[in-house]
Amino acid sequence: MEDAAFWVLAVLAVAAGAAVFVVDSMARATFALLASFLCVGAELLLIDLHYLGVLVVLMMIMEMLVMAVFMVMYMMNPAGLMPMTMMHNARGAAGISVALFAALAAGIFAVPWPERAGRPPRDPTFALGESIMGPKMLVMMVIGIAILATMIAAVVLATHRGRYGDDA
Amino acid sequence: MVEVVVIGALAVAAATLSGALAGRPAAPFQEAVRLLTLQRRATHRADRLLTTVGVVSLPVAAALAALVVPFGDRVAVGSSVGVVWFNAMEVVAWASVWLAGWGVNSAYALVGGYRFLAQGLAYELPHMFALITAALGAHSLDLRVIAAAQHGLWFAVWMPVAFAVYLLSTLAMTFWGPLGHPVGGDLAGGAMAELSGPDRLVLLAGRYGLLAVAAAVAVPLFLGGGAGPLLPGWLWSLVKACAVLALLVWTRGRVPVLRMDRAMAAAWTVLIPAVLLQMLVVGIVVV
Amino acid sequence: MTLETFLLLAAALFCVGLFGALSQQSVVMLMMGLELMINGVVVAAAGFWFWVSPGLPDGQVLVLVAITVMALEMAMGFAVVTALFRARDVDMTDDAGDLKG
Repeated sequence: MEDAAFWVLAVLAVAAGAAVFVVDSMARATFALLASFLCVGAELLLIDLHYLGVLVVLMMIMEMLVMAVFMVMYMMNPAGLMPMTMMHNARGAAGISVALFAALAAGIFAVPWPERAGRPPRDPTFALGESIMGPKMLVMMVIGIAILATMIAAVVLATHRGRYGDDA
Repeated sequence: MVEVVVIGALAVAAATLSGALAGRPAAPFQEAVRLLTLQRRATHRADRLLTTVGVVSLPVAAALAALVVPFGDRVAVGSSVGVVWFNAMEVVAWASVWLAGWGVNSAYALVGGYRFLAQGLAYELPHMFALITAALGAHSLDLRVIAAAQHGLWFAVWMPVAFAVYLLSTLAMTFWGPLGHPVGGDLAGGAMAELSGPDRLVLLAGRYGLLAVAAAVAVPLFLGGGAGPLLPGWLWSLVKACAVLALLVWTRGRVPVLRMDRAMAAAWTVLIPAVLLQMLVVGIVVV
Repeated sequence: MTLETFLLLAAALFCVGLFGALSQQSVVMLMMGLELMINGVVVAAAGFWFWVSPGLPDGQVLVLVAITVMALEMAMGFAVVTALFRARDVDMTDDAGDLKG
């Protein structure tokens, strides 16, 4: 049952991911990407990562909706009303990607992965929370500072006025 | 699964109450029949697929959110991260409304969709902080544990700011009453301007569903869950949920619709600092 | 469901994202490719956590970091696109190839 769910979700995730670059409407591309993320969130739920799985669902819905706004703002053909393509060097990119996938797949099945060490904790969410507030506190602090820096930098970049008023 | 059906029934009750407050209790049912028999209005070069996804996802999200809502000790799916799941399903409404507004290819509907995104973003933060405050008070993201942590003192009593912010931001997340500007009359119905027939019915039903779920979640979060004298726990939960839902429904028609920019300024400058302070106080008390 | 199948999914997502990041002209589409690649990283980290060392929370922390990186990448990306669009009226990578201000 879980295996079937895994494969269905996996195929959906990759298909939706590929659809992002195939459909010609920006709104559809954004929501195809969202579908891919939702499938990945469900995959995480399958391996007991309840908190992270739901977090992916929550964050990605918000993120993709914000993305949709920018997509429509910056794309010349937001609704896909006229056929067009916006690729450069599609064949080269496809070649590189397929080659990399083949290499990764070969690696995945060739490498002898280590044996499973330990058992999943009874409550993975609790373990995660305890570690980022304890031994992995540095990660949390760096994330916090990175978010702050991003907020400031994004506002500085996106704001229209320069340091010396509207003209600068 | 009974719990989900109960919340569906609550949604129908909310629609009836809304009609009754306007003087016509049967109006929602008449409207439902009218919409079911109405032919769809087609707009030029509409994106049918996206519109349908948007319209259908709203009631589906409400039903999925209802899965984790406890009534007394009973719950359809006991999840250890119920609060986060509930919030994730609420956020689906952003996608629903934006897609419904975008898909029909109409200016008013699109403006409504954008309005809801802005409102959702502004009110999601205080909403999330209010949820986290209750979770913090109980040391858990599980709605049942949060309800159980309130024996003796309801969270609504010692976290009044969080409770008030929760109710207010719920109105915003369900674009209801004073915060219904995204579907406001000044835009000829906003995001729902071009929806007709069954589409409109499904979206409206989804909104009542979301309202009912949010009211039912307020009970384990802030109102002590199923605690109460004499009656069994599930019945107390139901009574409290009905009371919260009635309060939310009542705001429509009693409070004027707020203009979008003002509602958003209030969220960023008042609600977020207020609920952050509340969280600080709760954090200091419990730790 | 094994570690290998999980990693295979991660690799597939990563490569689809790589294709997008390499082939798309629009900056916004390019960012969607990057997001898909990070999506692959999330799957791989979760898989490693579950099948290699579930006793330690490191894999989970990595997933958390990846999710944050996604959000930050998007915020910065759009800020840069906005600045670029304001300054030069372009949103295509080909037009933004030089560093002239």
